[in-house]
This record gives sequence, structure tokens and C-alpha cells, in this order.
Amino acid sequence: MWLYYTRLAWLSLKRHPLLSLLMSGAIALGIGAAMTTITINYLMSADPIPEKSDRLFYVQLDNWSPNEPYDEPNEPPDQLTYTDATALKAQAPAQLQTALAQSGGVIEPQGLGKEPFLARLRLTHNDFFTMFNAPFLYGQGWSDSADETGDRSIVLSKSANEEIFAGENSVGRTVRLEGKEFRVVGVLDEWVLKPRFYDVTTGAFNEMEDAYLPFKLKETMELPNSGNTNCWKMPEGEGFKSFLTSECVNFQFWVQLDSAQEKQEYMSFLNAYVEEQKKLGRFPRPLNNRLTDVMGWMEHENVVDDDAEVMMYLSLMFLAVCLLNTIGLLLTKFSFKTGEIALRRAVGATRMQLYQQQLVETVFIGVAGGIGGLILAALGLLGIEYLYGDQVKDLASLNLPLLGIGILLAIISSVLAGAYPTWRTCRIPPASQLKSE
Amino acid sequence: MSQIGPIFRALMRNKVGALLIALQVAVTMVIIVNAIHLINARGDLMGRSSGLDEANQFYVTSVGYANDFDAPYVIDTDLDGIRQLPSVDDAVQINAIPMSNGGWSMGLQTKAGEGENSVPTALYMTDEHGLNTLDVELIAGENFKATEISYRDRNTRDWPQSVILTEALAKSLFPDLSPTEIVGQTVYIQSNEPLTIIGIMDHLQAPWTGWTTVNHSMLVPNKFDSPYSRYLVRAKPGQREQAIEQVEQFMKQREVGRMVRETETMTQVRMDSYRGDSALQAILWTIIVVLCIITALGIVGLVSFSINRRRRQIGTRRALGAQKADIMSYFLTENVMITSVGVLLGIAGSIALNMWLVSSFNLPRLSYIYLPIAMIAMWAIGLFAVWGPALRAAQISPAIATRNVYH
Repeated sequence: MWLYYTRLAWLSLKRHPLLSLLMSGAIALGIGAAMTTITINYLMSADPIPEKSDRLFYVQLDNWSPNEPYDEPNEPPDQLTYTDATALKAQAPAQLQTALAQSGGVIEPQGLGKEPFLARLRLTHNDFFTMFNAPFLYGQGWSDSADETGDRSIVLSKSANEEIFAGENSVGRTVRLEGKEFRVVGVLDEWVLKPRFYDVTTGAFNEMEDAYLPFKLKETMELPNSGNTNCWKMPEGEGFKSFLTSECVNFQFWVQLDSAQEKQEYMSFLNAYVEEQKKLGRFPRPLNNRLTDVMGWMEHENVVDDDAEVMMYLSLMFLAVCLLNTIGLLLTKFSFKTGEIALRRAVGATRMQLYQQQLVETVFIGVAGGIGGLILAALGLLGIEYLYGDQVKDLASLNLPLLGIGILLAIISSVLAGAYPTWRTCRIPPASQLKSE
Repeated sequence: MSQIGPIFRALMRNKVGALLIALQVAVTMVIIVNAIHLINARGDLMGRSSGLDEANQFYVTSVGYANDFDAPYVIDTDLDGIRQLPSVDDAVQINAIPMSNGGWSMGLQTKAGEGENSVPTALYMTDEHGLNTLDVELIAGENFKATEISYRDRNTRDWPQSVILTEALAKSLFPDLSPTEIVGQTVYIQSNEPLTIIGIMDHLQAPWTGWTTVNHSMLVPNKFDSPYSRYLVRAKPGQREQAIEQVEQFMKQREVGRMVRETETMTQVRMDSYRGDSALQAILWTIIVVLCIITALGIVGLVSFSINRRRRQIGTRRALGAQKADIMSYFLTENVMITSVGVLLGIAGSIALNMWLVSSFNLPRLSYIYLPIAMIAMWAIGLFAVWGPALRAAQISPAIATRNVYH
């Protein structure tokens, strides 16, 4: 039976090839545009660490000016001071917690023909690797004592290890960074976070770092600031030390809290800590500490580009136009078949059977449109990559769940487009169309 | 015009078909109006002048790594050498590159003291060659003197005494004074430290192109004692490529324990800075064009069918004495009527969508000039689409009325 319907549908489509092409072409364009923009939005808003994103919390303390908030209406700064970052690491009640900072320095690979290069550095505590599930190729993170003393230990990214040691197991060997010898304790495997959630202050989709160093080195090696440094009052006194003890924020802080109770205890600690600091004359604003989990923080930091969202809504409207277009065309086309349908009714086909026949034809158009749409989406994403370059690296590719969304969208679209014309055509009474001609 | 009545009644017999076209026109118009509005808004952003001589400028970064790296010595000798190159007009060390989205900002206030009203500004550290290298003009006051230039490092907290401000910044600080009157005035940095305004320059953008006070810039007579150093170079007109080559060659052959990073031209900096905007424009243009084609093809399809269905009526009308032009005008009028309904819906929809975009994404408010333009465009698309089928309808022979055919 269905085979017969399929053949009927095929014949009907072939009778008006241009029209059939126009209908499925319109659906394809609509789905192509919608899928391109949905993909970008989906990947931008993806959970970068789904296994524990609800247990990792970003810490904010409000050390800002008594005269004005960091940001309206009453937002605390998005980073911490060095004083607070180190104090929390030392005192706060959590198994796993880490301060982070961006920095940069020149690495001088040894060997003939190897040029020094400027490396992106991440200063952090060893909990970083455990908390964020960093994959190790060789070795591991540095020891707790390295965290405390600021040992010159280093963890290299896979690409930096390739650059410096041609990809060999370099654990135990030395790297020259900023004129100092560092001991390699670990090498990471390929590691890309999109978004790079642990620090989005200079852009959520920046590249991963080349090397990771103990946080303490910020102080002992006086490593330069990267990223945003914001101050509501200038450091007092002289030297690098005065920056570290100032109210300038340049550091991020994450903590892993496995239960609601742990979170509550941690929050109480933060509040007690700030109250304590208030006695020392710091924190002039009312208590305003925040613990925000990964997805909450991504939302707060607006990691999904507004332009991407606007384009998604426009392309969904575009899809709507394409559907309206197809509905109109199908309607007119089916209205042409009224004679044929009336005849079929007259010789005994039930309304249901006719409905199924028309539906097969609609599905044909929908499937063709869907396949075309996915191909167009792949092309669209290539176009986006071409237009935006590195800004959308790894954000413009279709994956399995997205293909699923695409197919689902195609089916919904074609059913939406086909339902009304099909229903209307099949309401024709058998006799009406047979009389006149 | 006498046709309107019958056309309207005929349309009412196929309400759904007409409504679908009208809706399609409406949504198309909503998208086009808002897309064009966005394209123009981005165009305005991209069209702003940076104040620079972009076609002839580029910057190069030097990063010292040797333990005995002597930054001030290298910077001074680098600059001397670069300035003497035949294709180079001028060069400075600068702490931030305009339009690069990375830089340093400070607050200035006209009254000393904490909590006083403060005006944000970008800060560029240059020496007395700054004005010429950047290609900004003084409109009042004077340039820095070579003797005024001092070195600072990241731990330096105090500021040199004299500064040069952009006119926009000066006006924000002293709205009631003219540029010549502002020269000599004192402003305060870090709440209490006084600075004397020695010059007013015409225009120079801050490094952050998305900043609300992007025209607020200040030059400070400092060089920066740091192994990480950027030089902005202005080539002689039309000699940028030679200058890049000569500068790179000069810097790389000096053995002072540093690496020279890639050169970037100001043209590239601008492109990178506005990449998202130009990409959005390109995408929206594509959407607009494809949308117009789809809508037009949809109209062609629908009208062709409705003409096919009415072949006999058309033949009958012709047989009863209607001219070809009458048939044409019937379908054109019908189309204008349908499009008009769509356009009315489209106006309401465009305004509604824009209001939503303004409140959700902080986009600029729609300028109403786009509405009549889009209306005319929609009518034009409709007429263009319907023209061919209508012309064919007009060719239908009167004789067809007498035939008894199905299609």
C-alpha cells in the first residue's frame, strides 16, 4: 500500500518538477539558515564540563569603592585581588579550590633552529588539574609543596611540548622561561574547552594556554599581568609588592563544592572572611559575596554573543517565510488535484487513505528539504568560519546532536507546511468535482 | 480602479492563499527592515574615523628575554634606527594600539578629591614624536618637548606633569571653555594628582572600538621600561611595504636578546577589530537577497497556479471584450492589494521586532525612514514577480472560453 502511495507521490512531484524543486528548495534554505545559526548558538552555550558543572563555583567578593558599585546595579567585581585569592586558598574550607591568573613570558627552546616564542601562561594551584579534569599525556600536576613554595615546576600543553621537545615525554627535563630554568612535571594531552569557562574575562573562546605554573610565582618571579586589571584606587607604596597588596582585581577563583551543605558552609566562610577584613578597613561596601556555578557564570558573563542570538532569531523568521511559501504552493498544487481526489473518493478511497497519500508527498518534499538544508548548513558554517576566522574556531561544526536537531526541524517544518493543505484537500466531497467537466 | 470591488470579492473566495502571500510579505518585510537597520548601524560604527593615517601605519612588537636585556637602551636605539630608515616617516614606542581592543584607561576629574565626578579616558604613552606618528593635529597649545619625556615602569605610580587631550575629552571635562581656554587648565588623575593640559589634539580614538567614550584619549609624555614593547611606525606615503621590510630587517639583525613578533598593519588591526561587524553585514545581506528571491518565486508560483485555474474565466472575459491590458491590470492590482495588506502587517511587525531587539540586546532604535523604503521595495518585488505570469495570462486566447478542457 505505502509503496503504491510512494509511487503516486513521485508521479505527482514529477508532474511539476520546478514547483517541487521550489518547495523543497525553500524548506532547504530555511533549514540551512536556521541550522547554521542554531549550531553557533548551541556550541557557544554548550556546557564545557557537563560531568561537574553544577559543582564548580566561581567566587566573587565585593571589595569595590564605597562611592559606586563595580557595575550597575550592584555587581561585585568579576575578579579578586591577590590578597583575597591567596587568603581563600590558604583558609577556605574546601577540598579543591584554585586561584588563577593569566600571564605571558618568553620560552627559549634549546636546540638548533628553534626560535624563542611568547607563551600564554596560566598561573594556578595544582587543584586546577583535578577540578577541571585536565587530561595528562605524561606526568601529573605539581606537588602541594610547589604550591606553597613557588617551586619552578611547569606543566606544558601538548602543542608546547611538541614545539619544545618534539612531542617526547619531557617529564623531568628543563624548560627555559623568562630567563629561568623550570622543571617539567607534566604534559597535557589535547585539551580544548569551548567556552574556556575558567577564565572568560578577556573572551570566552580564547585559546588554551601553552603552559601552567604555580600561582605563587606571580609573587616570587614578579610575572606580568595579562587580562584585565581593574582598580578603584591606585596601589599605595612602591614596587610590585604594592600591586599585590592593592585593591586591584586581576585574579579568578574557583572552588569545587559537592553538596548544598558544603556550599552553605563555604558561603558562611566567605562572609566571615569579609567581615574580618572589614575590621582591617577593607571592603567598604555592604556584604555582597557570590558563588556561581559554571553555567550560571557563563550566563552572567554573556558568553553567547548577542549577534549570534539576533542572527538565530532572524534566521528562524526566515525559516517561517520559507514555510509560508511552501504552504501556499502546496495548497495551490493540491487544489489542482481536487478532481483526481474526488474521483478517488467516489470509487471508494477513504478520507484516511487519501490523507496518507498526500502526506507521503509532503514527506518527500520535507525529506528532500531536510537533506538539502543540512548540506546548506554545512556550507553556511564554512561561510561563517571564513567570515569570522579564529573567533569561531571549533564553534562552526555540525555534530551528532545537531544533526538530530536538523532532521527533527526538517520533519516538523514539512509537517507544519503540509498539514493544512493536506487536510483541506481531503475534505472535498466526492461528487462536487466530478460534475462540471 | 473600478476593478477593486470584483477583485476583492474574488480574493475573498480564496482567502487562505491570499493571506499566505500577505503573511509572507509581512515577515519578509520585518526581516528586511531590521536587517537593513542593523547593517547600517554597523556601517556607522565601522565608518568612524580613528584619527590615524591607517594606510601608512603598522606596529611591531619586541619582547626581550635575555637576563641582561636593557629595555631603555634597546628602545631608544631601536627608535633612533627606525626613524632613520629611508621609507619611514616617524616612529614611537606606544603602550596601546588604537582599535586593538587592549589598552589602559584612567579617570580624570576637574576637582581634586575622592568621590568627585570623574571622566574616563584612554591613555597613550608616547614621546614628542607621538603626534606626527599617529597623524593627529594640535588645534591648540603645544607638543611635548624632548626633555619632558621620562621612562616609567609598571610600578611607577606618579604621572608626568603635562598631557595632551583630544578635543572630545577636553569638551567633556570643560564643556563651557574653548580649546584655547582649556590649554593651561589643571585636571586631576588618581583623584589628587594634578596634570596640566598643554595641548588639545583634533581626534584620536581609544583602543576599544565598542567603548561609549571612544573619542576620549590622552597622550602622556612617557616611555615604558618593559621587555615587552610596541613600536608604532608611520611610513612615508605609499611606502608601507618597504617600511615593514626595512624595520623588520633592522630589528632582527640587532642582537640584543629579544624576539621580534609579527608586524601588523593598521589596516589589519581595523579589519580584526570590526570583523564581527562586517561578517554580520555580509550574512544579513545574504539573508535579504535570498529572502527576496524566495518571496518572489513564491508569488510567481502562487499566481501561476491561480491563473491556470482561471484560464476559462480569463478567456471568457477576453471573449466579452476585455483588452490584454485589462487582464494584466487585474492581476497586478490583485497583487498590489495583497502586498498592501502584507506591508501593513509588516510595518507593525518591524516596529515590534525592533522594540524587542532594543530591549533584549541593546541594539539601536529603528529609524522610521526604513519603513517607506521597505514598503516600496515590497510592492516592487510583488509587481516584478507577478509581471511574467500576468503577461502570460494576457496572452490567453479568447477562444479558450469555448473549449471544454480541464487544464
